[in-house]
Formats: sequence, C-alpha cells, structure tokens
Amino acid sequence: MNTFLEEVNDRMGGVPIQSCFHCRKCTAGCPIAFAMEYNPNAIIKMIQMGMREKVLGSSTIWLCASCETCVTRCPNDVDIARMMDTLREMAIESGVDAGEKNIVKFHEAFLSSIKMGGRISEPMMLVHYKLKTLDLFSDMGLGMSMFMKGKIKLLSPRTKDMGSVRKIFKSTDK
Amino acid sequence: MKVSYYPGCSLHATGKEYDQSVKAVSDALGIELKEVDDWSCCGASSAHMTNFKLSIALPARNIIAAQNDKLDMMVPCAACFNRFKGAQHHLEKDDSLKAEIEEIVGAKYDASVAVRNPIDIIYNDIGLEELGKAVTRKLDGLKPVSYYGCLLLRPPEVCQFDDYENPYMMDGIMGALGADARKWSCKTDCCGGSLTLGKTQIVVHLVDKMMMMAAEAGANCIVTACPVCFANLDTRASEKGRLPAFYFTEIMALALGLKGTEKWFNMHNVDPKPLLTSLGLI
Repeated sequence: MNTFLEEVNDRMGGVPIQSCFHCRKCTAGCPIAFAMEYNPNAIIKMIQMGMREKVLGSSTIWLCASCETCVTRCPNDVDIARMMDTLREMAIESGVDAGEKNIVKFHEAFLSSIKMGGRISEPMMLVHYKLKTLDLFSDMGLGMSMFMKGKIKLLSPRTKDMGSVRKIFKSTDK
Repeated sequence: MKVSYYPGCSLHATGKEYDQSVKAVSDALGIELKEVDDWSCCGASSAHMTNFKLSIALPARNIIAAQNDKLDMMVPCAACFNRFKGAQHHLEKDDSLKAEIEEIVGAKYDASVAVRNPIDIIYNDIGLEELGKAVTRKLDGLKPVSYYGCLLLRPPEVCQFDDYENPYMMDGIMGALGADARKWSCKTDCCGGSLTLGKTQIVVHLVDKMMMMAAEAGANCIVTACPVCFANLDTRASEKGRLPAFYFTEIMALALGLKGTEKWFNMHNVDPKPLLTSLGLI
C-alpha cells in the first residue's frame, strides 16, 4: 500500500515533489493564489503530510488555471501544474465531494460536447452546463449579443469520422 | 509557402474573426493554407485537467491526420497550440505511451509535423522586412500592448516559442505595421482562462488589473493571439477603463489594407471603431 505522497509521485512521473525546498516561488507567481483555499506550496506540504481528503476535496485543485507559471519558475523542476492535473484525476476517481462543483460540471459538459460531435458546439455545451449547474440566467445578455453578431451558431460542422472519436473516449475511459 | 491549417473549435465560433483574419493575412502574404482533414477538438483544458490519456489521444488524432500533408501545421489558437505541443512532448519521450496512443488512434505517430503558431511563421518565415513592404496604411497613433497569456509560452521546454518571460515577436510585428507597441509587465500573465464560466469573478479581477496596467503603460488597445484571452478581455473587463482588444491578425489586415476588417470589428463586444475612427485608421 502506497502513501499519498508515493501515489501522487507515481502517477505524475518526473521529479518527485519532495524535491521542493519550499521557497514559495510557485505561490508568489500564481495568478489565482489570492482566491485559493490553500496556496500551491501549501498543497505540496499537505501531500507530504498525507492529508489526502483535505487536498482532494479542496477548491485549490479546481481553481488552478493551468497557466504553468509555477513549473516554469520552480528552481527544482517540480511539475506543479501536472501535480494539479493528477490531483484532479484522483479526486474524480475517489468520488470525493469536489471543492468547486461548477468547474467540474463545466469540464463534464465540455467533454461530452466533444464526445457527441467531435468538435465543441458552444451553444450545446453552454445549455448542457447551465442545466447541470441550474445557473440559468448569468451571461444571458452576453450570449444573446454574441448570437446576434453571428458568433454563436446553432448548427456547426462536426467531425465526420465519429467512430474514431468515440473509440478515443472509450479507450481512455476509467 | 504552404502549411496545413488547424482552426480548432473556437475559431469556428466565438473566435470567428481570428479565423477570418488569419486567412486574409495568410493570403496577402503568400501563405497557402490546407485545412487538416476531418479534424476534431484538441480536448483543451477540460481533457488535461481530468484525464491525461484523453488529453494526449485527442491532439494525437489530429497531428496524425496532418502527417499525410507533409507540411508544417499552423495552429492560431494558443490553447490548441499548447495541447499539440504538450502531446508531442509526451509522445516523443515515452515509448510505451506512444504505442498505447497509436493503438487507440489506429495509426502511427511519426514525429514529422512541426506545430507552429502564425506569430512564429510571420516573424521568422515571412520576416519583418517583407511584412513592412506589404503595409499600405501605417498604423500611426495605435498604441497596443502585446498580450501573449500562458499557452503559447509555458512550459518553455515544451512550447519552444519566443522568450518566455519577455516575449518580443508580437511587438516586432506591431512595429513593422507602424504601431507604437508599448512596454508593459503583463505580457505573459494569466487571464483565468476557462474559469470564465465557473468562477467569473476571478477572471473579472484578473482582466481589470491588466486593463489598468495597459492604460498606465500608455496603451490604447490590447493585442492577443488567443481566443480564450480575447473573449475574457473583450467580455469580462468592467466597463470603466476597459480598452478594446484585437487579434493581432485583425491589426495586420488593417495595415495591409485588406477587406473584411469592419465586419470583424462589428463582432467585438467592446466596439473598437471609435478608437480607430479617431486615429483616422478606418
């Protein structure tokens, strides 16, 4: 049985996260740190301390925008952005209550739109997202304005060979 | 020159003016575009944030489709560009992953396709001198700040694109068009990307700060090469103090005297026409 730290390292590959000497450069450059429950450096420390539930249930892992500033600037090449991706995957697999439910629902709506047409149909994806979150009215005016300007079309061309797209989803489904 | 062209989903929808301006500018500069056959979505943030293998297989399907063309692949969308470069990075360093992805996609990945953003193609293959010769209307009075955001640049060893802390190619292009590109410190900052729907307030906070920094740098507009950045700058900045945003190819088309600019500007949420009219550019 692996510790939480070993499990995260195994799944990430690359430099083990205990190479971190906690200089906090990742957090200093993180554009979203101001809104996070725990900052990126705290998440690394929490993994080392085995705080699985708190990390996987935190808002931080869903608020990370994947801008990759942290890994670009890390003096020890710890791939913190990939670590966040790994933690998100682990959170979904463990079934833990997500710290930011609407963001998870956005990703689900986005991927199911690709699964259906091979390409994102923005109106379909938005309707799907709105129904999942029951946040029906925000951005309504903006959406209408984009529709009137011809930016959002109800029907757009799809990928023809949908068999190959479905196979990708089926083969990578966990 | 001839390149294969991967527009991606945004360029057929909310980033339509980017698609149309890339095509117009390419045509004017003698770059022939061949669309990748039957392309599909790159998976964007949602794939890599939730399912690593899916995030490699979706771009791989498109790169493999482009292999037949035996050309460099032009990818204007910064998000697609980043996913393609990331997939190539993993496929080329991990043989067992490569074998697994080839099995899923049903074809071999041969590492022959160079994935390139139009900024790179215009700066390095066309060159600023040639570009300058094609200008018919110098953009006097236009003071843009170049905004790259995250996905063209990071991580640098994957993207291998421009200087990753202080990129200069877009400023060079703006200068060749006669615009006065302003120096500022937010070139590579993050706009919040896909948090725009789930966490709108974070994006508002980030773009408002950028608008203030751009104004302090003496800019009168922001130029970008990413449809996610563009959408966030154009629709999420608070009304007070916001500057018009442009795709860099729209600005190029204006300077090259190409048709269609008015139609693209009408699609923006923040109307750029009052600025351009006051400068006598339209």
